[in-house]
Amino acid sequence: MEAETGIDESIRYDFQNHIDSLNTAPEWWIQYKQDAFDSYMDLPLPRRSDENWRFANRSDLDVERSYAFDGESSLADRSKLEQASQFTETQSGSYVFADNQLVSANHAPQELQDKGVIWCSISEAIERHGDLLKDYFMKQDVDLGSEKFAQLHSAFVTNGILLYIPKGVEIDAPFCAYNWASTPNGAIFPHTLVIAEEFSSVRLVEAHLSDGEDAALSCGVTHLFAGIGAKINYTHVQNFNEQTLGFQINSNIAGKDSQVEMNSVILGCRHYRSETHGQVKGSGAHVDMRSMALTDAGQEIDQRTLQTHSAPNTTSNLLFKNALKEQSKTIFSGLIKVDEGAQQTDAYQTNRNLLLSSNAEANSLPGLEIEANDVKCSHGATTSEIEDEEIFYMLARGIPREAAQELIVYGFFEEVLSQIADETLAERTRELIRAKFRG
Amino acid sequence: MTTAASQIDIDRDKGDFKYEESHKYDAGYGLTEKTIDYICDVKGEDDWIRDFRKRALKVFESKAMPTHWATKDLDNIVFDNIRYYLAGDKQAKKSWDDVPDEVKETFERLGIPENERKFLAGVEAQFDSEAAYSNIKEAVAKDGVIFMGSTEGLMKHPELFKKWFGKVIPTGDNKFSALNSAVFSGGSFIYVPPGVKVSHPLQAYFRINAENFGQFERTLIIADEGSEVTYMEGCTAPKFDTATLHSAVVELVAMPGAKIEYITVQNWSSNVFNLVTKRAVAHENSVVKWIDCNIGSRLTMKYPGVVLKGRKARGEVMSIALANDGQHQDTGAKMIHAADETTSNVISKSISVGKGRSTYRGQVHMPKHLKGCKNNTECDALLINSDSRTDTYPAITVRGDQNYVQHEASVSKVSAEQIFYMQQRGLSEAEAMSLSVNGFVNDLTRQFPMEYSVELKRLIELEMEGSVG
Repeated sequence: MEAETGIDESIRYDFQNHIDSLNTAPEWWIQYKQDAFDSYMDLPLPRRSDENWRFANRSDLDVERSYAFDGESSLADRSKLEQASQFTETQSGSYVFADNQLVSANHAPQELQDKGVIWCSISEAIERHGDLLKDYFMKQDVDLGSEKFAQLHSAFVTNGILLYIPKGVEIDAPFCAYNWASTPNGAIFPHTLVIAEEFSSVRLVEAHLSDGEDAALSCGVTHLFAGIGAKINYTHVQNFNEQTLGFQINSNIAGKDSQVEMNSVILGCRHYRSETHGQVKGSGAHVDMRSMALTDAGQEIDQRTLQTHSAPNTTSNLLFKNALKEQSKTIFSGLIKVDEGAQQTDAYQTNRNLLLSSNAEANSLPGLEIEANDVKCSHGATTSEIEDEEIFYMLARGIPREAAQELIVYGFFEEVLSQIADETLAERTRELIRAKFRG
Repeated sequence: MTTAASQIDIDRDKGDFKYEESHKYDAGYGLTEKTIDYICDVKGEDDWIRDFRKRALKVFESKAMPTHWATKDLDNIVFDNIRYYLAGDKQAKKSWDDVPDEVKETFERLGIPENERKFLAGVEAQFDSEAAYSNIKEAVAKDGVIFMGSTEGLMKHPELFKKWFGKVIPTGDNKFSALNSAVFSGGSFIYVPPGVKVSHPLQAYFRINAENFGQFERTLIIADEGSEVTYMEGCTAPKFDTATLHSAVVELVAMPGAKIEYITVQNWSSNVFNLVTKRAVAHENSVVKWIDCNIGSRLTMKYPGVVLKGRKARGEVMSIALANDGQHQDTGAKMIHAADETTSNVISKSISVGKGRSTYRGQVHMPKHLKGCKNNTECDALLINSDSRTDTYPAITVRGDQNYVQHEASVSKVSAEQIFYMQQRGLSEAEAMSLSVNGFVNDLTRQFPMEYSVELKRLIELEMEGSVG
């Protein structure tokens, strides 16, 4: 018992330090964090009987035991990270953070600023855009199992980005946010908040990366708000080292006639838990959710998704593909929920798992809850190895077995990668995949 | 749009009757150790069964309701308001003349023709808890097939019974299997000797006749090497106001090369909680096929499973569920692959009418070090009215070598064009709807034995009446 009290004390101490460091922050923000911390302490850790954690490893979720939340950073070489944070050809603005601290910032062009575009860090937003944050910060429900970790995020979050696009503004070049974890046993809390007003259009690229091979914790939240007719295209690349424990809680709200696209490329982490909730709230809205993950020895990638249709005439499409090498494990748990009255819904969900080793384990929980009758909904889940015929076809053309396997895996991922709008980014992710595949 | 009032009430004319109750044995309401002593004393059971039951009671009491994943409706079961044992007479009847008139009347109301009654190979009709009539057709008995009530089986063939009893479904499998293990009575016991192919399907009719009376049958079927057997159960139940609990446990054992087909048509009245555990063990090269059809009950929770234990064993579940107003059909399948080259196939079709809710829950498990296993799962749901509901919750775990799993589910409604087409040709909207729904399940019903598919078709027609317009 004593040890437990000790840990309890240590996170309280870290939190107090964290609050003390926010001396210039407004009162409401401090209060907000205090409340979040209290909720975090009150909420239980996920239990075995918790359906949202079925099949998941829960042995490393007691994060207080393993990570420091005091925000101290051992980061030495900032320019190295700055240089490594170049995933796209062009950009409308970029932020690089390491251990929650600002490394570098490229502000949005004056022309966009004049139109009212806001592109700033969360710490800056607290000082200057408090009203926006009060309306939108953490205002989407967390309901896929990581409620406790969302509160942890709110309690300790210091940075991340706020992107606000006013009515009718359309921007081609993407905004980019890079979050690095650097300090051994440190914790980062990347936050991404995108608000796209009526008929605006915007693209955002986010990358989560490790500086070095030390274990760390990342607990991130991304919330997208798409107003009437707005378009948001969001691509997330997660390439932490394989010591990291990662939580990523994503949610989007798609208003009337809006289009939201979310692409995830998942390569890193020892244990990664991502939750994605697509809330299709306005009629005529369309949401795309895509993901690809490549796992190898010791990794567990646990993904939970929810597609909620609460208005008529909406569509959503989900495609999650996993390729598993060595002794690794994936969990895909997805649910399509069509509310009563959400007629003429088209909702699809596809999960494909490619087993590249007999020690790999793929779990699939594709679900449907339909309460409207005039709908087209389906889900499909398959798990298999590469078919002998496919390998044979390539062997017959003189391609060695290993190369053939590699090609097939790349081809398997292409269905997701080809949807990434930025060609440089797509190429960059292909390089990361190749590097990982060849180990 | 259809209103709740215009929905035709589920037609249960056939089952809507009850008899004067005259139970010689009645364990009273509620469940305690005393209830179990009473059951054991009445049935004259051995001490090992008494101990088995008492241990099961403890497990039942210690287990929580599975409401963290299952419907909260389960909380409406009041275990203290249920009578756990009722019996008219403890001896199962041997010949037709010995069958009580009341039971004969039941057959009459069920509309079984006189000649069919004699034709049916070894009809096993359960009247309340005990098998009231059990007649093994001579031809079957000559081959050495044992077909009797499970109570009788327990007395006469303890060596066979004990070997498999509670082995496929252990007491602690779930709360309701524990309940059954504590208070089981009735059900069938079948043993088919090696190489015997039973030519006629063995049938049993189950009825519930007393208010608040729960049925806890225990069925055990063992098909020895290379044998084949088909078993059918169909149920209709009288209507009552208070909820009734039905919690059966069915264990099947298919020895190498054996084939078991188990067919259920479930049409309990709409106040019945039907919480059933059904599982089979399939040894090398054997085939187990569950055909499951759920039309009645208030809440059915039933996930027939096959543990594929021997190489090249095959498991199949074909299920049809129809959920009308006030009904929740929570059904599915479990396929546990435990040997190389095992295959399984699950096809589930559900229809939700009015405010009905149908749910598919499935589990497919392929552990490490298995080679060449295959599973195919298809779930199709049809939604008839705008407030109908359907859910699908499969869980699939795959490891190992050259294993292949595919799962597909779709949800749709009856196409307006189809209905329009048929109306153009003179069918009423309701007839068109019924035809369309029958078409939806047709590829499954074709696999049913003829009399069942005919009965099923009629039931669907009745259920669909008034669902449109």
